[in-house]
Amino acid sequence: MVDLSVDFAGIKSPNPFWLASAPPANSGEQIMRAFDAGWGGAVWKTLGDPIINVTSRFGGIDYRGSKVIGFNNIELITDRPIDVNLKEIYEVKKRYPKHAVIASLMVETRQEWKDLIKKCIDAGADGLELNFGCPHGMCERGMGSAVGAEPKACEEITSWAVEYSSIPVIVKLTPNITDVNDPAEAAVRGGAHAVSLINTIKSIIGVDLVNAVPLPAVQGASTNGGYCGPAVRPIALHMVGQLGRNPAVNVPISGIGGVETWRDALEFIFLGASTVQVCTAVMHYGYRIVEDLIEGTENFMKEHGYETIDQMVGRAVPNYSEWGNLDLNYELIAKIDADKCIGCQLCHTACWDGAHQCIHLSDETRVPIIDEAECVGCNLCQIVCPVEGCISMVHVENGKPRVSWNEYQERLAKGEKIEVGKHTSQTAF
Amino acid sequence: MTVWDVPEDRLEAKLPDKKPRLNEAQALAEANRCLYCFDAPCIKACPTGIDIPTFIRKIATGNLAGSARVILDSNILGLSCARVCPTEVLCEGDCVYNELDSPPILIGKLQRIATEDAYDRGLQFFERGAPTGKRIAIIGGGPAGLACAHELARCGHESVIFEARDMPGGLNSTGVAPYKLQLPDAIREVNYILEIGGIELRTGVSVGTDISFEELEDQFDAVFVGVGLGPDTALDLPGRGLSGIVGAVEWIEQMKTRKGFALGDVDRVVVLGGGNTAIDVVREACGLGVTAVTMVYRRDEAAMSGYEHEWNHAKKEGARAEWFAQPVGYAGEHGRVTGVRCVRTRAAGGRHLQVVPDSEFVIPADRVVLAVGQSKLETLLSDVAGLTFAHGRLVADTANGQCSNPKYFAGGDVMNGAKEVVNAAAEGKVAARGIDAWLQGGA
Repeated sequence: MVDLSVDFAGIKSPNPFWLASAPPANSGEQIMRAFDAGWGGAVWKTLGDPIINVTSRFGGIDYRGSKVIGFNNIELITDRPIDVNLKEIYEVKKRYPKHAVIASLMVETRQEWKDLIKKCIDAGADGLELNFGCPHGMCERGMGSAVGAEPKACEEITSWAVEYSSIPVIVKLTPNITDVNDPAEAAVRGGAHAVSLINTIKSIIGVDLVNAVPLPAVQGASTNGGYCGPAVRPIALHMVGQLGRNPAVNVPISGIGGVETWRDALEFIFLGASTVQVCTAVMHYGYRIVEDLIEGTENFMKEHGYETIDQMVGRAVPNYSEWGNLDLNYELIAKIDADKCIGCQLCHTACWDGAHQCIHLSDETRVPIIDEAECVGCNLCQIVCPVEGCISMVHVENGKPRVSWNEYQERLAKGEKIEVGKHTSQTAF
Repeated sequence: MTVWDVPEDRLEAKLPDKKPRLNEAQALAEANRCLYCFDAPCIKACPTGIDIPTFIRKIATGNLAGSARVILDSNILGLSCARVCPTEVLCEGDCVYNELDSPPILIGKLQRIATEDAYDRGLQFFERGAPTGKRIAIIGGGPAGLACAHELARCGHESVIFEARDMPGGLNSTGVAPYKLQLPDAIREVNYILEIGGIELRTGVSVGTDISFEELEDQFDAVFVGVGLGPDTALDLPGRGLSGIVGAVEWIEQMKTRKGFALGDVDRVVVLGGGNTAIDVVREACGLGVTAVTMVYRRDEAAMSGYEHEWNHAKKEGARAEWFAQPVGYAGEHGRVTGVRCVRTRAAGGRHLQVVPDSEFVIPADRVVLAVGQSKLETLLSDVAGLTFAHGRLVADTANGQCSNPKYFAGGDVMNGAKEVVNAAAEGKVAARGIDAWLQGGA
């Protein structure tokens, strides 16, 4: 039997799949429906001084027929009165005591933080998430990502919250910084019990070329929004991985950023997250996607012998290394399965114009020919090939011992002479 | 201004468009499926060598005008070819998706939306070349002649098209199956092609009768022959004088172009032949609501020259066939045909057939349509010195369209024997380039 339940910095949840603080977690009615569908927790739409929104608010990017590969919003925090939200938090917790309800908060002064935190605890929230991430609108008022981007402010406000809170405090980080370790370490210094990341990335989703207005347009003008959805997942994975391997960030991580499938979720978990939060995919397809998140995760765990989520948290972290530690003598080359090849020759043009000019056309067939002596094993041909399993990257036993750049430098300094890397021709003519 | 007023009340208008235009969302989705192959096989499969992946990519990027430009740059008859090409055996037949057991890209339909959009918006992409002062006579206003004239205009040459009918467009106007292309669109394309300028269209002029070849040779620097084929081949069988027996090409032309032409009181149509014209008539008769439509062919389904995909459509539309049936005469009453007398044949090794003794039977019919081929126009050209013919086809160099009389060039059915519109378009263009090179002393 596999057990999906988690204890995230003391917050208990039947599974690691939470709704992120966003429109899907705007009201108690929604969150209860989400719990019925199977979500383990929800981070409430950020509470604070109720705001007034503009229309329109969202923008999406489609790519070659796929809708919403990226998503952008200029919506602000809750537009509903604090008391209404608190009453609903109370009701949800009463009806769903085993699910995790996290109050996301964003206010300005120390007193405001103190008052709001008390109200949330009284309402029965299981934890707090400090919204230091929102990169549009609220940051102009000195909140959201304006705090997350400034480690000193991040540390200070975190310490206020921790001081006033008897429940776990999660700090939600912005990716709109140079190195996410800085605000994360600041949050930990401020006493945060956990961090969550990433919030959205500052973005302009597009431009209306006819009217010369960035999108989404609000009566002939626009502003930068926050970017999310599948396209940001690699950026989010990197930042989660950075914190996952940072010994100074010794608190649980909630991973966020383009999670849609169980595989996406597990990638975050393997890089150090112990819960994942989802927004865009729910905005696209509804709460029902959680069913496959759960089943897919369970099936993976059964197939690979994991019994708990904890056993998977950070599994890939030891293998997330520096470039300088990678083996320079490891060699791959591409092989084309002629039986599977459909002759599109995309590998040829990609290699010829975009890589190392080692995939040639044949006079006899449409199956290209790889010059293995020149192949640098870059993967480009395999990436562009439209046929599953047609091009494989094959390991070549070249007899050269493992040596990384860092080791190579050390041994050179000692006066050793060793062979590194594959030698391909350096000139084409 | 139109080159010709299309009559209303044509029988063809009763037939639906079997490959309707994609809407923009469908076109975008389909364009996005295209892999954008390098040196794509579909390009090689197109007689006019349209850069198909490039025009499809332009649909995907929202550059519909650029898409039409790419198509029409290679094939000025891109609008009609989008609809009449047997894409199943040309570009789409060679799409790499077939290798993946996936449906090929709907290239014809994508070409249609791109070209029709350009027409709808009145976009012209090409200009006449700097005037050379050279004039070329073009005999025949069909696809080959039109493609040749347009390319000559791009090269800066003037041309005069002599069309024997009162209506231009050749088989696109008179012969293409109406569920693919109807007369108004064929005429629309002619208008579009002539808009480049430098092309004079003279309809109702038969070269050899109204104007002699000698006169053409005197007045013009070169002559392009794109006269197509002649009338339907008749079958010299007993009873051929009965009414109700008609040639396929003639019947299709009347259906497509004649005001008020009606099928009449016809319940049983028998079509003789196994080629694409035969299948066209079969499908048209089915589409017009004829109860019993039978194709009669002396060999079997596998041996017929008509396209398999077309015959499969015909079967779904209710047609049946008499395979291994050889017509030997017509049955009739009161001067009207009532059936086709046939004997059974059987394979006798290779392409040989044997008649089965005592096997005569009658297929009832109140209309018999002969689709056993068209006559060649060799005699029309017999006055011209130095032209060579092979099996009735005018011989020309496929590289430049030049005939054995160097002032003459040729393309289309008169040269190739009867191929597709797209072949005629390709050959007309090749000949125009050949003429241009020859006039410049290059060949």
